[in-house]
Amino acid sequence: MASKKIHAIYTDDDLLMQAVKQTRATNYHISEVFTPFPVHGLDHAVGLAPTRIAITSFLYGLVGLSFAVWMMNYIMIEDWPQNIGGKPSFTFYQNMPAFIPIMFELTVFFAAHLMVITFYMRSKLWPFKKAENPDLRTTDDHFLMEVEADNHDVEILTKFLYDTGASEISLIENEQDH
Amino acid sequence: MSSHYEAPIREPLVLGDKSYHDISVDVGAPVLGKANKSWWIVFTISLIAFLWGLGCIIYTVSTGIGVWGLNKTIGWAWDITNFVWWVGIGHAGTLISAVLLLFRQKWRMAVNRSAEAMTIFAVVQAGLFPIIHMGRPWLAYWVLPIPNQFGSLWVNFNSPLLWDVFAISTYLSVSLVFWWTGLLPDFAMIRDRTNSPFQKKIYSILSFGWSGRVKDWQRFEEVSLVLAGLATPLVLSVHTIVSFDFATSVVPGWHSTIYPPYFVAGAIFSGFAMVQTLLIIMRKVSNLEDYITVLHIEYMNKVILLTGGIVTVAYLIEYFIAWYSGVPYENYAYLSFGAATGPYWWAFWALIICNLIVPLSLWVKKLRRNIVWTFIVALIINIGMWFERFDIIVVDLSKDRLTSSWAMFQPTFVDIGTFMGTIGFFFVLFLLYARTFPVIAQAEVKTILKSSGASFKRLRAVHGDDHSHVQTVEEYPADAGPAANILDKNFESPFNSSSEDVEKNSVDFEKDKGKIDDLLNAIGTFNPDTETQDDLKKINGVGPVMEQKLHQLGIFTFDQVSRMTDREYDLLDEIISEFPGRAKRDDWAGQALILKNKN
Repeated sequence: MASKKIHAIYTDDDLLMQAVKQTRATNYHISEVFTPFPVHGLDHAVGLAPTRIAITSFLYGLVGLSFAVWMMNYIMIEDWPQNIGGKPSFTFYQNMPAFIPIMFELTVFFAAHLMVITFYMRSKLWPFKKAENPDLRTTDDHFLMEVEADNHDVEILTKFLYDTGASEISLIENEQDH
Repeated sequence: MSSHYEAPIREPLVLGDKSYHDISVDVGAPVLGKANKSWWIVFTISLIAFLWGLGCIIYTVSTGIGVWGLNKTIGWAWDITNFVWWVGIGHAGTLISAVLLLFRQKWRMAVNRSAEAMTIFAVVQAGLFPIIHMGRPWLAYWVLPIPNQFGSLWVNFNSPLLWDVFAISTYLSVSLVFWWTGLLPDFAMIRDRTNSPFQKKIYSILSFGWSGRVKDWQRFEEVSLVLAGLATPLVLSVHTIVSFDFATSVVPGWHSTIYPPYFVAGAIFSGFAMVQTLLIIMRKVSNLEDYITVLHIEYMNKVILLTGGIVTVAYLIEYFIAWYSGVPYENYAYLSFGAATGPYWWAFWALIICNLIVPLSLWVKKLRRNIVWTFIVALIINIGMWFERFDIIVVDLSKDRLTSSWAMFQPTFVDIGTFMGTIGFFFVLFLLYARTFPVIAQAEVKTILKSSGASFKRLRAVHGDDHSHVQTVEEYPADAGPAANILDKNFESPFNSSSEDVEKNSVDFEKDKGKIDDLLNAIGTFNPDTETQDDLKKINGVGPVMEQKLHQLGIFTFDQVSRMTDREYDLLDEIISEFPGRAKRDDWAGQALILKNKN
């Protein structure tokens, strides 16, 4: 089945923002927007759900903290409860002040790295991944909005996009194997 | 429509009439172009220093720590001094990229990339010292709590030196991913702009296939914010933990509760001094003066003033407490009467002069905005902060509790060579970085262009705060509804080619004959037999029509354009009268000179 999409290129972020709002208001479906830099409020205008990546980071931090506590309790208190310079090794809390620096560092370590890995996995970014921006200029100074055209009259849609200020409009037909 | 309002009192952060494309071009230029001669000279010197340092390290490890100037009393000297110095330098990078992000400081955007690079390269240097100062560095892996064949013999988690291992490795790795994640859009920009297949391949790999989808950007910003939130306490904790190496000991002068915040303030103080040193050179060499402006330098000087003030207060408190404690041993501590008059008096006074007195000059606005003076002060602070660590470590150890153990420290050439080596290594890494990485976070700078760019500020001053910043001066294209798309009007930047009128594109030779001859006499004529013409359109401000006119006048090369001065600009304006002042405002001669040298 062939799927049709229209790529509309804008040369300005404010123009794009306005076009996105108008396109959404007219109930056309925006399937993707490519921009060279973060346009503030664009995710909201396109109607994206907020990202939950900060929540994952919090949970990873808890994992890191638990790991640090477990590790140091096992090593310092349970496995070899030695007297090193008179430090009380009878219970975890008695010697806890000395454990706090590492508890803190491991919390940050886990929270930061696992969140970044999550980001790379979710956004599908890794070293040999092929770039998918349809126009090279979208990493420089052009803004590309991709609109689904399957159930619409292409002529009317094109006219509409032209009126929103698009400087280039092209029809993309994808042959998909199913 | 967002208004991009910014209080008029704020000075612009991006100078010149920049468009988004100009930013890409300026940031990409050092990467896409070739290294010049001075780069190779500095690189060679750094490489030699690095190799010399490497030799010193190999000599130390293979012969023994005894080749250093340490003795039984003073077991830490240059090694840990340099370690703390390098870690301290690294702190400014994270401060700029994380703390200033949390405070929404727009000026950080032009400096954060290089500051982060500096962090990473400085922490790499710092990370060498804990290894090479070991007596048996090949057993360094024993500091890690790895299950093993000795009945699982573990490490002792009470030691600040072990905390250091966790702190430094966390700091380095988190800084690295923070930096790299921020680099993805910029690598993608280079990837999409380069013509060389090799570069295309490399930057495709480096950019992780970044495509700039709206969802990617949403996550990207959230990740940056959370990482900044994590990096801020991290940067405070890392130097705190480094200060624990001293503060948790029983040595007079070391055992002090003021160390954690005071070390952190000192780290930011020295780190910013190093950022100044590097960026003042870089903005010149890489032609980034429009992005790293005097305003940026002034802001960083203010941070230096603040942290230098904190350090000064800490010194005074140390001095006071040493006296107030009534402990006689404290009299030989690094900030006390004993130290000021003892055998290390010169190190003591070097610290006072470099860290307390010289930075005071930055209170004067003229000096704070003076680039040469800033550079000198920054160098002096770097020296002063090295002395601070040297004083803390060596002065306090040299006269401890037992007079029978008092000693002096004399560095050997290996101590010095190793330190020089790390400086060389640092510059090798930084110079390579400056040629291969986009040194300014262009994606971030583009987000502040409309609020803080000089040209947009000027537009706002003329047209009012609610003026549309769609890149045209005349109309609000779609503001009046979707039907307001006026052909050919809204898609042109006001800074490029807007005034080029296609109708009048021929030059009146008869009338201006004298002037044309005058112009060509000044800048030289073009001889098609011996010279090749340049693509004048590469000059910002010259469009296809303008190029055609210049050709009609007989101007074909960058060389010719680069010889233009105010007088020639005026002549040109008289001959081609449609857009007076254009050539001068865009500094065509300066641009042409850069382009000429690139070829």
